[in-house]
Formats: sequence, structure tokens, C-alpha cells
Amino acid sequence: MLHRESGVFKTSYAADMALYPLPIARWTVAAVLVIFAVVLPLSLHEYYLSIINLVLIAIVGALGLNILVGYTGQISVGHAAFMSVGAYTAANLAVHLHLPFWVTLPAGGLMAALIGAIVGIPSLRIKGLYLAIATLASQLIIEWVINHTPAISGGAQASIEVPRPTVFGVELKSQGELYFFLLAFAVAAVIATLNIVRSRIGRAFVAIRDQDIAAEIIGINIFRYKLLSFAISSFYAGVCGVLYTYYFGIANYEAFQIVVSIDYLAMIIIGGLGSVLGSIFGAIFVTMLPIAIRILVETFGGYFWDTAALSAVAASMRLIIFGLLIIIFLVLEPEGLNRLWRNIRNYFRVWPFSY
Amino acid sequence: MWDEAEFAFALLVSGLAIGLMYSLIALGFVLIYKATDAINFAQGEFVMLAGFMATTALAAQMPIWAAIAAAILGMIALSFVLERTVLRPLLGRPVVAVIMATIGLAAILRGLPPITIGAQTKALPLPIGDEPITLWSAVIPPVQVVGVIVSVGFLAVFTWFFLKSRMGIAMRAVADNQQVAMAMGINVERYFAIAWAMAGVVSALGGIIWGSMLGVDTQLSLIGLKVFPVVILGGLDSIVGAVIGGLIVGVVESIAAGYLDPYVGGGTKDFAPYVLMILMLMFKPYGLFGTHRIERV
Repeated sequence: MLHRESGVFKTSYAADMALYPLPIARWTVAAVLVIFAVVLPLSLHEYYLSIINLVLIAIVGALGLNILVGYTGQISVGHAAFMSVGAYTAANLAVHLHLPFWVTLPAGGLMAALIGAIVGIPSLRIKGLYLAIATLASQLIIEWVINHTPAISGGAQASIEVPRPTVFGVELKSQGELYFFLLAFAVAAVIATLNIVRSRIGRAFVAIRDQDIAAEIIGINIFRYKLLSFAISSFYAGVCGVLYTYYFGIANYEAFQIVVSIDYLAMIIIGGLGSVLGSIFGAIFVTMLPIAIRILVETFGGYFWDTAALSAVAASMRLIIFGLLIIIFLVLEPEGLNRLWRNIRNYFRVWPFSY
Repeated sequence: MWDEAEFAFALLVSGLAIGLMYSLIALGFVLIYKATDAINFAQGEFVMLAGFMATTALAAQMPIWAAIAAAILGMIALSFVLERTVLRPLLGRPVVAVIMATIGLAAILRGLPPITIGAQTKALPLPIGDEPITLWSAVIPPVQVVGVIVSVGFLAVFTWFFLKSRMGIAMRAVADNQQVAMAMGINVERYFAIAWAMAGVVSALGGIIWGSMLGVDTQLSLIGLKVFPVVILGGLDSIVGAVIGGLIVGVVESIAAGYLDPYVGGGTKDFAPYVLMILMLMFKPYGLFGTHRIERV
């Protein structure tokens, strides 16, 4: 990641697919882990930790969507709906059956995976545009069902309060404690994705994305792998939804509306489709940007708008800037921030020479 | 018994009237898809923006006909600009890229009105009076009558346009195969721009009619979500399909709202069309009148 290579000396496919391309990569990863596990929580103020916590949750969701959209080439406009399925499953289990998080979390993920696989069934017959419309419909239908079924949504407000997660008898309350909890899941999600992508399953996904009919001819069961992709992606979404619920202490359908689906699409487009590092960049960027916009609008917006309307202005600015970024990246840099990062690395690899 | 028949008739008529107004919005989507193969997820936002253009013109003391003309011209200009800057660079890229670009476009267009002309709902009164028309048990507000007339008019005009006019035939050729159309001397890029401009005109009228019925604010863009069931039911590239699909969605909505709402506590109107659409996608993805596309390697 951060090291400079002096050449490529790989002599086997296994070496090419390895998680650590060079011995020094181990040290880089270890250094990054130390920064995240020791330096940041000790040095940062609670407020900054809370922002990083949101980034960590978003990383899980973005990785899931990238598996589906970036690696398998199946578009989904309903990612937030799967997050809500996970969130409400976990919240109901935690409140009514008093189950601990290590039961509710996988349960929420599995429930989302099940629903996701059902939504994925039409993907065998339809693709591209039709799939986008079908997932949009499932987003609206799931939202409606949750909102109109008191047994799921817990009554009129459609929100359920959940107790804080408890790890080894310690109730996680402060941002610092939640930080370690969320970091563990984000790291697990990154490692799992890296391994899924370089395994047989991941290669099948990429084959389906690049040319589905050719993939079928070389013996990939398209239906199975498309459903698997939907299920894995929705599992991540479900886990992401459960983490949101535990982080805020409340499951509320308003946090999982269609705008959120578009936020996650923005993450993977801006970060880079079909790239793990890109999902992380995208999650950081899209989570931090609204905060930056809000600060800017609150500082300078008073000159242009009524001070009472500033929060509404910030929300609109956010929509406009997100839309602009999606279009700019699609038109000018389809491979996203990940590609920009690679360009910078390639420049410094031979620095100070030009090639 | 007689009461029930009256109730059902009222539901049916109001469903048909609303359905034709949905068709009007869907027509803009179908025109763009038919001619350029691009999917416009921002159709609802186009309609909303047309409404805002008309209300802004009215606020500037323009007479109503000038406001309508301003909205139409404004939408044509906007369509040209968007086609040039957003859609054309994406020519030949995967469908998914175009879909996401129009989703981004929708976000931008939805964010613009609140920071420029304010988010409060504005009225868009049309000079047609407010005496409703009674048809046995059904009561139709005059704005819906205008909507029905405009929709039927557009249907007739576009049917003639695509079947008989030179331009319409060229546009069908472009939609069928861009390369062959180019080889036959058709200026493909010009026809893309014309198709977007036509969709702009349809959206402008849709925005004015829907805006005068519901009031103009950012919520008006939600009407765009209704476009998808309509075009999937009718077939994405069929103008007749857009009309029939609109009628089906309108009637299904109104009947679901009339008969199911008392049991589930409301809101079936926003839900039933999507269920219908999912079923359609599973069994007949090209819709009632859409062209079947066969993929060969």
C-alpha cells in the first residue's frame, strides 16, 4: 500500500494472487493496524472518533454493494432496504428475546441475505436497466411493509430502541468503546472481501460481470453465482444495518430510505467500482463530505441565505454535490479515487525520473 | 348492490383519469428510451423543474400562457444542455453507467430549487375554473380533464410522428441501429438532441398539469417513481404501452385504495403498482407492447 516496489519478480499464479504481494506489505498492514488500533483512539477527541465510527459502519455496507455492483456487475438501487431488514431483525431479537449481539448480528445478516437472494431471483431473466427498476421496487416495497407492519416496526413511530451491546460483560457506551467494536467488524469485512474476491467465487463473479454468456459457456452456473452475489452483498448490508442500530441505539426506517441507497452507490462510484481499497476511500469520502458541507454552509451560508434556512440549504447542497461528483467521476474517471491513488503511486514509484 | 356499483364506477373513472396523467409523465421516459437507449431516472425531477419554471414565471407577473411557454422553452434548453454535457460523453458505456449518471442528475435537480427559489409549496393556478365534472357517481376535477385531453393529444401526435413523418422514421432508424442509421446519412447526434427536446416538452406540460393539481415543491418529483410501473407494464419502448400502462396503474391504484385501504390502514396506493410491476418483470419482462430483444454473442 504505502511502500515503493523495485520490480515484479513473481513466477507463479499463486504469488500473483497472494494477499501480501511483497514481504514489506505485511509491515505496512501492521503499521496501519497499529495506527487504527492504538494511536487514533488514544489521541482523538470523542467527536472525531464518532465520525470515524460512522466511516467504519459505512465501509461494511460499501464493501457489500461493491461485491454486487463492482465485481458481479448487477446493479442494485435497494441496498438500504436490506440494511433495514438486518436492523429490524436484530432489534426485534434483542428487545423481545433479549439475545446478545453475537446472535442478533449474524441473524440480521442472514435475514437480509435471504431477502436479498429472493430479490435477486429476477436477475436471471432481467439485467441492467430492468434489474435497477426491480431493485428500486423492492426498496419501496420493503420500506412500505416495514412501515405498515407494527409487528416488525414496533408501533406508530416505526422505531425500536435497542440496548447497548455487551462484550465480555462490559456494556459499550462511549465512542471509544464502540470504536473498537466497529473496527473489529470493519476489519473482518475487509479481510473477508479480499478473500472472497481472490477465490473461485470472486473469479466467477468477475467472469459474469465481464461477459455473462461466455461465463456460462465455460461452466459457471450463472443463476447460482448471481444469487450468491446478491446474498453475500445483502449479508454485508444486513450487518451494516445492525451495526447502525447498535451504534445509534435505535432502529428507525428513516435511516434506510432510498437516499441512503444512493449514498452507497455514490460511495462505490466515487471510490472505485470493483476495488476493496476503493470502497474504503468511498466510505471515508462520502461520510466526511456532508460534515464538511455543513461546516462550510454554516460558516459562509449566512451571506447568501436566511440563517434559519441554513440546515435545509446544507441538505440541498449535499444532494447537489453528491450528484455532481457521481456524474463527474462517471464521465472523467470511471475507476474512481482508487485509480487516482494508483496514479499517484505509479508516479512516485519511479520518482524522481519520469519513467 | 347499486351503491357498490356506483362506488366501483367512481373508482374506475378516477383511476382512468389519473392513469392518463401518469401516461403523460411516462411518455417523456419512453421517448428518450426509444430514440437514444438511455434510461432517464430523473424524469420526475424534470417534471418538478418544469413546475418550478412555470411558477417562477407567474411570480414575475407573466400571464399564464407566457408562463407555460417559458416552462416549455426552459425545459427544451435544459434538455439540450444535459444531453450535451452528461449523456453524450457516456455514449457506448455500459447501461449501468447511464443509469447512475441520471440518478446523480436527479439528485442535483432535486437539490437546486430549495437553494435558489425556496422550498415552500407554490400554487400554479390554471384559468380553467374549479367546477368539477360529474359523470354519474364519478367526480372529475377540471385539471384532470385537461390532463386527459393533453395526454390523448400527445398520443395522437406521437403516433403520427413515428409512423408518418420523415423525422419520426429517422428517429426509429436511430433507435434500431445507430451505426446503420449513420451509414444511411442520418445525423444520429442531432436526433438524440431532438428526442431529448421532445421529452422536455412533454415533461413541461406534465409539470404544469401535475403542478396545478398538487402544488409545486420538491415532493412533486416523487411522481417520477410512478413512471417505472407504467413503462414496465406497457413496454419500455412503446408509446401505446405508456398509455395502456398508465391506465392500468391508475385503475389498480384507485381500486386498491378503495377496497384494501380500510383493512391495512392506508397507503396501498403507493404499494400496489410496484407489486404488479415485480410480477410483470418475472413473467413478461418486456411488457405488453415492448420489443423483445434477443441477445446473441
